[in-house]
Order: sequence, then C-alpha cells, then structure tokens
Amino acid sequence: MNFLNPEFQIIRDKDRCIKCGACVRQCSYEVHVSDKDTGELYTNDINCVACHRCTSICPTRTLTVKKNESVYRESANWTSDYINQIFRQAETGGVLLSGMSNPQPYPIYWDKILLNASQVTNPSIDPLREPMETRTYIGAKPDKIEFDSNGKLKTKMPPQVKLEMPIMFSAMSFGSISLNAQKSLAAAAQQCGTLFNTGEGGLHEELMPYKDCAIVQVASGRFGVSKEYLDMGRIIEIKIGQGAKPGIGGHLPGEKINEDVSKTRMIPIGTDAISPAPHHDIYSIEDLRQLVYSLKEATNYQKPVSVKIAAVHNSAAIASGIARAGADIIVLDGFRGGTGAAPVRIRDNVGIPIELALAAVDERLRSESLRSKVSLIAAGSFRNSADVVKGIALGADAVYIASAALIAMGCHMCRQCHTGKCNWGIATQRSDLVKRLNPEIMSQRAANLLTAWNHEIKEMLGGMGINSIDSLRGNRLMLRGIGLSQKELDILGIKHAGE
Amino acid sequence: MIISANSKHYQNLNEDLRKAYAKHKKVTIKDVNGQRYIGCGLKGDYNLDIFGTPGNDLAAYMDGPVVRVSGNVQDAAGNTMGSGEITVCGSAGDAPGYAMRGGTMYIKSNVGYRCGIHMKEYKNSRPAIVIGGCAGSFLGEYMAGGIIIILGLDKPRDAEIAGYRFATGMHGGVIYLRGGIPKARISNEVMALACDEDDKKIISQYIDGYCSRFNYDRKDILNEEFVKIIPRSKRPYANMYAYV
Repeated sequence: MNFLNPEFQIIRDKDRCIKCGACVRQCSYEVHVSDKDTGELYTNDINCVACHRCTSICPTRTLTVKKNESVYRESANWTSDYINQIFRQAETGGVLLSGMSNPQPYPIYWDKILLNASQVTNPSIDPLREPMETRTYIGAKPDKIEFDSNGKLKTKMPPQVKLEMPIMFSAMSFGSISLNAQKSLAAAAQQCGTLFNTGEGGLHEELMPYKDCAIVQVASGRFGVSKEYLDMGRIIEIKIGQGAKPGIGGHLPGEKINEDVSKTRMIPIGTDAISPAPHHDIYSIEDLRQLVYSLKEATNYQKPVSVKIAAVHNSAAIASGIARAGADIIVLDGFRGGTGAAPVRIRDNVGIPIELALAAVDERLRSESLRSKVSLIAAGSFRNSADVVKGIALGADAVYIASAALIAMGCHMCRQCHTGKCNWGIATQRSDLVKRLNPEIMSQRAANLLTAWNHEIKEMLGGMGINSIDSLRGNRLMLRGIGLSQKELDILGIKHAGE
Repeated sequence: MIISANSKHYQNLNEDLRKAYAKHKKVTIKDVNGQRYIGCGLKGDYNLDIFGTPGNDLAAYMDGPVVRVSGNVQDAAGNTMGSGEITVCGSAGDAPGYAMRGGTMYIKSNVGYRCGIHMKEYKNSRPAIVIGGCAGSFLGEYMAGGIIIILGLDKPRDAEIAGYRFATGMHGGVIYLRGGIPKARISNEVMALACDEDDKKIISQYIDGYCSRFNYDRKDILNEEFVKIIPRSKRPYANMYAYV
C-alpha cells in the first residue's frame, strides 16, 4: 500500500468499446490491461497521467479521462498535491522530480498587458495588402556605421544571423527529446527561415543537413562539443541556466543513454550524463568572457556567441556583465519555462517571470548604453503570438518557444517528460514510442504554428500602424497594464490602461 | 616557422598562427607571455612548440596537433580537447583537461584545482593526463571516462599527492596514484583497489611516455606501488529522485 489516490479516472463506455485493444498497446504507463482469458479491458487508474494518447487513438471514442472525483477533505493549505507528494517522499526518500513547467498560479503578466491599435490618426495597415516586415537580425550591432567615399561599408560588422520571423525553437537536447522530435523542429525551422537549438546533447548525424539553422549549445558537461560541432552551428550558445531550474544543472539518467544518444553525446551507453549547474571554469564575469572568447577564437569570430541565463532576482546586473563579457546575444529564460526534468521544489519556487526580467534587463542595458551590443532573446513560456508581440514591445529582439512547439507536435502537457515514457514519441528514447512521431507530419505542424503566429504578429503590428517589427522593439508605448500595482507598472515600464 | 609573441594581443598572435599554419606544419612561438587561446580550435596534423608561459585555454577544442610548452601553462589547458598531445615542461594551473575527450597531456610538475574535471571517453577515444608532481583539490571531479596518472615526484615529505575532495562525483574512467592517498581525502563515490596486470600495462605505457619527454628513469618511478581509483557506479545519482 502506498497511500496514493489516483489523480485521474478513466471512464470506459462499454456500449461503444469494440475491445480492439488499441488502448492497451498504446499506453506506455500500463493503464489499460486486457484480461488474457476473457479479453475484457480494465484500467489501472493509478498509473494514468492524463496524456490523452488513449482517448485520441480510440477508434470509437470510448474513453474519457476525468479528474478523480474521490477527494481528500478540502483544505486550501493541505492540497491533494502536497499530500500526495509527502506520500511519495515518505515512500522513497527521494527528491521530487517532474517535467514540463511550473504549474503554480503565479501572476502571468502577459495576461495583464493590453496592446494598442490605431484609430483615425496614424491609420492601421492591412498586412494582406501591404508589406509587413517581421525579419529580424540577431547579433551585436556596431555603435555607428561608416562608409568610404565610394559608399562602401567601412565598419566591420559583427556576425549577424537572419531570421524570417522573431521566433526560434528553444534548446531541447537529443536525449531529453527523441530524434524524431528534434528532426521535426529542425525541418520546421529550415522551412520557416528560423533556427532550432540542439541543447547540450550534441548534433546527431541525421541533423547535419539542418546545420545552417542550428544553434549549438555548450554547457558545463560539454556533451557532444567538438571542433566540428562548434563549426556547424549558426550560433554558439553557452548555457548558464534554465528558467525551469535556475541554479540546478542537467542530469540525463543512464537509462535514456541508448546507443544513438551515447554516440551523439560521445559518452558510454547507460552512464549518467551529468551537467552540473556551475561551469567549473566560470566564477566571474571575467571567466565568462574567457569562455565566450575561447568559442570565438575557435570559430574565427564567424559566429555570434550567446549566453543563456535563467531569469532571477539580479538578472539586470548579470545581463549587464554578460554584455560586457563580449556576448553577442543574451537569452533570458523565465520561471515558467519548460524542462525535461527538474526538482519540483526548484521548478515551482525559484526564479522570476520573464515579463519582469525582460523589462528590467532591457531598461538596464539601455541605461548603460549596452543594448545595441547584444541581441536579447526572451524565453520561458510564450504561449501565443500576442505574448510574442508583448515580449518584443518589452524589449526582446526575438523569442524562443519550446512547449508551444511540442504541443503542436502532440504534447498534452502531462508533465511526465522525466519518466521517458512519453506516449506521443516526444520525450522518450524508447524506439516503439519514438516511431509514433512522424517527422514529416510533425515538422509541418510545427511550421504551421510558426506561420500562423507570424501572420498574427503582422496583423497586430498592422493594427498599431507599424509595418516593421523593428519599430515595435522596446516600444512600450504600445502596452498598457490592467489590474497591476504601480510598482509592477514601473518595473514593466508601462502605463496603466486608461492613462 | 618561428613567430615571436612579444607583447602581442592574443587576437593578433592567433591570427598570425592561423596564417602560419596555412603554409607550415610546424610552428614555434617564442616569448609567450600569458597570451590566451593559443592553438584554440586547431585541427589537423600540426606541431606547435611554445616557449614562455601561455595564458588560459591553451589548445582548447584542439583536435590532433602536438603541442610542447617549455614553461608553465595557466588555467584550462586542453579544455574540451578532442585529440592530440600537450606536453608541459613545468606546472599547469587550474582545470587542465576540462572535459577532455581524447588525446594525452603530460605535465612535468604540478597541477592546480579540478584537473581532469568532466573528462569523458567514448569507444576508442580515451583521454589521458599524466601528472609528474602533485594535484590540487577536486582532481577528477565528475570524471566520466579516461585515465589520470599522478606520480607525486619530488613531493615534499609532509604533503599529500592530491588535495581534498578527490574524485568527487566521479562516475567513469580510472585514476592511478603512485603511493596512495589518505582515505579521508577520497570521495564516497569511488573505491581504491590494487592494480592488476592490465592496469600495470597501462601505467607502464604512460610512464614510458613521461620518462622519454622529461628525461626520467623508469626505475625511479616504478619503485612504488600504484593504487587504482575507480567509481562505485556509473550512475551515482540513480536513486536520488521520486517521480511525480
């Protein structure tokens, strides 16, 4: 007996069920069981994680997943989550581990920010008829540009990367997600003229055709990092932190290190892949500068170098240091960002919202005349195109999305990525599950999402009377807060609605 | 080809070095005085002879070349190196061989903290670091593969061969210690064993390499027993978590 109550209940409509057994075959959590003798189907509700694979695959729509109606005595303080977590820890003595993003009801500032639109004066623009620019160049910009007498550019430009839209796919390593999932993202990025990010897991040989739209990541464990790997990426990203687990490193358990993952990470099969939070050669901004420049030297100053940090209390000061350390790009990852695995207490309690961190960092870099020296990428839960527009108006050059892209590919946000049993073939290395994800179909779905968002961004821009994303960047006059305190408005640098 | 480093900025020096390698296989740099990133990202069948003290990240991400330093090196020499060889006729600073994945480093004297941190091996690529003197704390931290041999030559009588928190988080590879080390300095994740015949063969091979580079006599090194340190598990944190 483990004291745990099932979180979910499976309701099977016996009139509709044709006992085909698809649910039994499809569920990696072994929720559905078929009786060997009678062929009757039963459910182990306790194993259900609400991933909805069975309800989607069932040909007769027999199944419904419901929240378990059997409840503990209600308490606002001792919620069923906290009670169940104590049961789990009492049973195992383990650190609670979960996947995906912070589910706690903290304020979501995107939902408290409203966009402007033009009326009469400075008329709105119709993106269906008029050119509307969402192309974005990422990389450090020179303070001024000089030309010679023939009108040729004299200034040596730092390396720039062109994005057809200000949205990229955030880092998800091969290991944390499947090769088919990574392939889908890479192909979608290529189709849409944007980039995907390898995460700290190396670049699988089957992804080499997509190297021109790859951001290659370097983190403390240096998994998969070699001279070729650095040469292949369009951008090299140093990972210092992740929004879902600030101050915590990565740890891919040995059971996910199969032959293919081992080859890409260049480590033996079955060994834990440990990437601790601190880079043990970085204890200061000066040390960070050393790593930034070692990567620039190794690639002959041909690629922008990015530094990714989690959004934390002192992000603004840290970002100022990163800009001074010679990074071309700063990535800020908010505390609602996703993860393949994070300790629950860290995921749910550490870090700050991306909205506040982004506004604070942009403001700080401007006040120190550093803003043009770096591109600013925001990450950590952009759920739709309006979030993207608000993020750019708060100061981002572009945004990273990951959870949204996975949802486009079938993720149902069941937060079980850490178990490696993903029924949708995304966060798993089990070959029977991985093959459920068809990269051709899923890349098109991810590309569709980007195309749709890009179009929506153009419509919102047009509504504001703006025809280029550059005119939106840091343009906080286009934003108004709703139901926010003066302090929150001050940090966001926006006025209240009606002002 | 000989390059004089003088007081050149590292960017200029490395630019000169890249140009030199476009035409020559062997390059010597003289009067090096703390310039960083020398040979960083260098790939191919090259030779590099350095006189003076190269700065941090010497031969980082290097793949193939043979580097010899007549002098000491600063921090993170051989950082994430893929293959090749670095010989240091002196001491190395902190974190030499960080995440080294292949190739060999011979260091005549001592190394600082965190030597061989995150060293890894994969299939035939098995990196090795041979340290003639003593090591600072955290030797072989998070080590996931490869070989570290530490000889403790010229060790002061009251000193230990390596500092504290020896092999913390180690989950792969092997460390050979000449003489041994007090138990209190060794992390819980590893165990000390006697060397078997296979170990002796490996040690002998690298001792030969060390002796030929620094003019030592084998007998003076093999006069003490070696102790082998290996991890208890390749999954040190396997039972740490409860899934929710």
